[in-house]
Amino acid sequence: MAKILIPTPLRPYTDKQDAVDATGATVGELLADLTRRHSGLKAHLYNDQGKLRSFVNVYVNDEDIRYLQKEQTPVNASDTVSIIPSVAGGVDTVEDVRSVRLPSSHEASADLGRLGEPLTNDEVKRYSRHLIMPEVGVEGQRKLKASKVLCIGAGGLGSPVAMYLAAAGVGTLGIVDFDTVDFSNLQRQILHGTPDVGRPKLQSAKEKLHALNPEIDIQTYEVALSSQNALKLFEPYDVIVDGTDNFPTRYLVNDACVLLGKPNAYGSIFRFEGQASVFGTKDGPCYRCLYPEPPPPGLVPSCAEGGVLGVLPGLIGVIQATEAVKLIMGIGEPLIGRFLIYDALRMRFRELKLRKDPDCPVCGTHPTVTTLIDYEQFCGITPAAPEPVTVNRATEITAVELKQRLDRGDALKIVDVREPNEYQINRIPGSELIPLGDVPKRYGELNPDDEIVVHCKMGGRSAKAADFLRSVGFKRVLNLKGGILDWIDKVDPTQPKY
Amino acid sequence: MTSDRRLSLDASAEQAIRRHGEETYPHECCGALIGNGDRVTDLVPLPNTTEEGPRRRFLVRPSDYRLAERRAAELGSQLLGFYHSHPDHPARPSQYDLDHAWPTFAYVIVAVASGKAESMTVWFLKDDRSIFEEGSLHHGENSHPDTAQTVHG
Repeated sequence: MAKILIPTPLRPYTDKQDAVDATGATVGELLADLTRRHSGLKAHLYNDQGKLRSFVNVYVNDEDIRYLQKEQTPVNASDTVSIIPSVAGGVDTVEDVRSVRLPSSHEASADLGRLGEPLTNDEVKRYSRHLIMPEVGVEGQRKLKASKVLCIGAGGLGSPVAMYLAAAGVGTLGIVDFDTVDFSNLQRQILHGTPDVGRPKLQSAKEKLHALNPEIDIQTYEVALSSQNALKLFEPYDVIVDGTDNFPTRYLVNDACVLLGKPNAYGSIFRFEGQASVFGTKDGPCYRCLYPEPPPPGLVPSCAEGGVLGVLPGLIGVIQATEAVKLIMGIGEPLIGRFLIYDALRMRFRELKLRKDPDCPVCGTHPTVTTLIDYEQFCGITPAAPEPVTVNRATEITAVELKQRLDRGDALKIVDVREPNEYQINRIPGSELIPLGDVPKRYGELNPDDEIVVHCKMGGRSAKAADFLRSVGFKRVLNLKGGILDWIDKVDPTQPKY
Repeated sequence: MTSDRRLSLDASAEQAIRRHGEETYPHECCGALIGNGDRVTDLVPLPNTTEEGPRRRFLVRPSDYRLAERRAAELGSQLLGFYHSHPDHPARPSQYDLDHAWPTFAYVIVAVASGKAESMTVWFLKDDRSIFEEGSLHHGENSHPDTAQTVHG
């Protein structure tokens, strides 16, 4: 026997009593006895399948049985069981009928849905697999035709984004990039092929996309995106797709999208992990709601330093392209207010709920950022001033100087602070491998009286190693300027670069 | 279908519901109706805790429901029902409202179009849960003790 507290709306079924007794060893038995005694309750507590309705909450003392053993939760005579209604409601939409749940910010995409020119016969053929789906249809295809999407970057993410958007029939596709194709890009940047190495990325991108779909207009902008040009570049476009690989540009794209009220289909990749979301919609959060401040420079390595699984940008870029297409057509449930995290090694997706931060400096209720700022400075990156050679003479050595001194027979200890897998790709003959992370526990293996040259891939990690060694009493530590890449360029071109 | 049930809201309560709906627009607002018989004497505005998009949904969590019941008991009154807004939608209950409705409660719905509160209606769940029936909403100060009995009818 236990006491059950009855909420107001159910009291008509318990002879107006606000508490009734029932018998049973578990919550389930207790409720069964309750509905036997007061049969009018049954329809309100249970659904047609005999399951407790989702908006019926049952508490044992102060605990929701969902977090105990549900209906198997044991009860004894001293327990108080409460039935507590969840009161819920809302408006119907067409989507309810199809049981597609749309979040609140869906309306943000509504004004994207301009109808373009009627489709030509060739276009009907080309897009027939779209047209036969009622969710897309001729109307959706014409919205794509009228739409303008700007891709920031024609690299790992920009490649699949631009290819799928071009194939899908986005009428105007803009691409911003100022890089040239490098061999190290080919492992993932599928817009570019081996014959394109050395060419501007925009050239090879335009050719590939034009071959894929000659019906669309491809606009290329061979500039570095900056606070001076971003607003002007973004202005004619409906959706911006952020495929950048660095924090200053990421914050710049975010802020420009918020200021212009344009959705930002965001994606980023690092090693085996990718992220995606849609920022910058009217009611949705922005990148700064998630990360108000950039990480300290150097804390989060870039793909060039940390590496990236080649197929990873394929998946994340396709998610960005999917979101762009959905926003344009106004269908489905956009990735607004949700932050998707993908782990390629474990093959898992996680989703974090993101809320718009009312105190967000750019999209909050009282924004402090109302124009584009200096993002390099914001991210703690100061442009490298031409440094007087003399300043670094004592702490740095160039590849050519190192070669000359080795040839002279100087006793130099060369310490490579890269990771073992990098050491397998290329190395300076005679160097010893002590990865940066191991230096603090292994520096005892080095003789503080030796003259030591530290190096890494480009000079960043080895500068930290050199600082550390000096701090523990090493007097003669030189950092190889430009790392092994400079060594290969200037001294030993037979070795591969990465 | 109409119900013979009625709810009486005085001018200040009605204004407060409209204002609440306008303040939370484009999101749904919600709150509890407290009073005696069919007459609302107090409102308890509650946070909309839905995680499904507050433009189209509202949810009163169990702790707030308890708060409303407690408040009613403190006032020596009853919890009569809940109000909520339909931003840019008519003041008619949805299938979703029906699926989640409780018997005997009055459900007041205010339509808020482009940020401006418009029509207001009241609904009661039919005992077999099949449908909502529209009740009559009375404005002004007068209560009608003779019709109070129909609340649990």
